[in-house]
Amino acid sequence: MPIIASLLCGLIFGAGLLISGMVQPTKVLGFLDIFGAWDPSLAVVMIAALAVSAPGFMLAKGRSRPLLAVRSFWPTRDDIDRPLVIGSAMFGAGWGLVGFCPGPALESLATLSPGVIVFVAAMAAGMVLRDLWQKSRPAAPRDEALGQRPS
Amino acid sequence: MANFTPLSAAVGGALIGLSSVLLMLLTGRIAGISGIFGGLLNPRSGEIGWRIAFIAGLILAPLLAGLIGHGMQPPQMPASWAVIVGAGLLVGFGTRLAGGCTSGHGICGISRLSARSIVATVIFMAVAVATVALTHHVFGG
Repeated sequence: MPIIASLLCGLIFGAGLLISGMVQPTKVLGFLDIFGAWDPSLAVVMIAALAVSAPGFMLAKGRSRPLLAVRSFWPTRDDIDRPLVIGSAMFGAGWGLVGFCPGPALESLATLSPGVIVFVAAMAAGMVLRDLWQKSRPAAPRDEALGQRPS
Repeated sequence: MANFTPLSAAVGGALIGLSSVLLMLLTGRIAGISGIFGGLLNPRSGEIGWRIAFIAGLILAPLLAGLIGHGMQPPQMPASWAVIVGAGLLVGFGTRLAGGCTSGHGICGISRLSARSIVATVIFMAVAVATVALTHHVFGG
């Protein structure tokens, strides 16, 4: 059941990216290009998403456990550290270069476009590199990924 | 603002929000795409099926839309393979280091009023805007 729920959520998420146009890098770059022909659509996507998710998460927080699983994996960290700042800056640079963040990039694999396949492969390599680099450092217990710790 | 599409943006955004809420309410997971995908590259038992299912849904969405005549166009990508690879590496390394991307920090985190996620979102938005300004207006044209 949780697998089917995940599949359904992926479908809804994908439909949202598709309908909003955010699956297209040109649409995203239109928002980021504030000195060009600015397209505020991405801001509307964020506001509409938050208008649903903020009350929805409050509702979910009030429940002792999820409907189809034993426990919830709420992120527990709220500190601001160097990896957060540096990682976000790196992500922003990559996002601005192509107009792809992880969701639209993965969804675009459906087009089998060579550029997308290469982008996703490089993104996966970047993630693996970060994990390997992390393991190679002696003691850094404080930058586990968001959502990895049970609450 | 000739390209502004507020109605489809609002409908699509609401669906993205709904997906995040349903995933948490039903399975107790955060709908952060970089985290869901990254967890597959360093797999632990019991952590694989739901991640593959979510990403499969993401990829199936445009294929199903295609069946009803609303398929997606192949995205417009930069001409340079070096730029594509470099951007992919930055997005992968950066989102993993920061513990989230547009969905995990930008939507789920801000919904919870997480200071960490608000800071992350402000930084990646600002750097992305600066990157586009540099590549399109300073060095590009």
